[in-house]
Amino acid sequence: MEQIIGLITGIIFGFLLQKGEVLRFERQVGFMLLKDMTIIKFMLTAVIVGMIGIYTCHSLGLIALSVKATQVAAIVIGGLLFGIGWAIAGYCPGTSVGALAEGRIHAIWAILGMLVGAAAYAEIYPYLENSVLSWGSYGKITLPQLLGVPAWPIIVAFAAFGVGFFVWAEKKGL
Amino acid sequence: MNISFFASRWSPYIAGAFVGVLAVLSVLVTTVILDKPKYIGASTTFVRAVGFVEQVVSSEHVAENAYFMSKKIKVDWQMLFVVGIFAGSLISSRMGKTAKIEMVPPIWRERFGPSIVVRGVGAFIGGIILMFGARMAGGCPSGHGMSGNMQLAVSGLLALGFFLLGAIITARIVYGSGGRSWNK
Repeated sequence: MEQIIGLITGIIFGFLLQKGEVLRFERQVGFMLLKDMTIIKFMLTAVIVGMIGIYTCHSLGLIALSVKATQVAAIVIGGLLFGIGWAIAGYCPGTSVGALAEGRIHAIWAILGMLVGAAAYAEIYPYLENSVLSWGSYGKITLPQLLGVPAWPIIVAFAAFGVGFFVWAEKKGL
Repeated sequence: MNISFFASRWSPYIAGAFVGVLAVLSVLVTTVILDKPKYIGASTTFVRAVGFVEQVVSSEHVAENAYFMSKKIKVDWQMLFVVGIFAGSLISSRMGKTAKIEMVPPIWRERFGPSIVVRGVGAFIGGIILMFGARMAGGCPSGHGMSGNMQLAVSGLLALGFFLLGAIITARIVYGSGGRSWNK
């Protein structure tokens, strides 16, 4: 059952990624060169709609959050490494498999590299566990907890930022 | 506003909004049916996939590795989710007639030439670095960028910021200004 739900969710997700044209190398690298904001429009819209939905359901007691721990050093170093590789590959993990399906054959090399990268990380993980991964560890915290304010003002601020960004991007034709 | 399944493209705002709704529905449905919320993510699947490959060579090595142990090598919700992305993109690109065989993308070709091998080596090395980074950071633009930020996670915002920073600086160095081929 778990797998069937995952498959259906993935099919819809892949369909939407493809229709939004965010799977393309040109869109991803186009954003990194600050010439095409398609992937940010897509992602920011998804995040704003998602946070409204998630926090509505959460405040009604329908769902639980599943927040990843904030490990500052690991996120800063790992995040920068991710960005470096992402720029060279032109795909992130989720978009690489979708890009392959729409005919971008060269995504297969990125996917193979990702598998090797995952294997390499598994080998090095024991050495990171008590070093990088433990530096600046704050546990599973959210912005409302960090700032000491309720969630909704933050969501409103996020949405306002998003709308402002969209207006700017459309005006600039990006 | 064309949202026909046969349209070549949808507005990124429309497609993105549907993804937001999908993410929330996914959490609701999995909470009800599986009794545990499933938030969208992709990169852990690469750990499990390579774990399966390594098991063929040496199952002991995988069983003894602390990282594989913590992630559990199994065919789970997320692995089928990633398989689904492939299928969904296949369906959409065929219905919209936007599938295109591409061995070397234009921006890359302008900088590094038409060689399939050079592009292959570049994509492979990029893939290694990005996945190593994603696993160290604890997620990728799906898990941290989307799911993390939807939950207002501090980790999600921090990770997304550094993903974008690393990518923007690197792209500038690797592709220069990107020439004229960036569109399409």
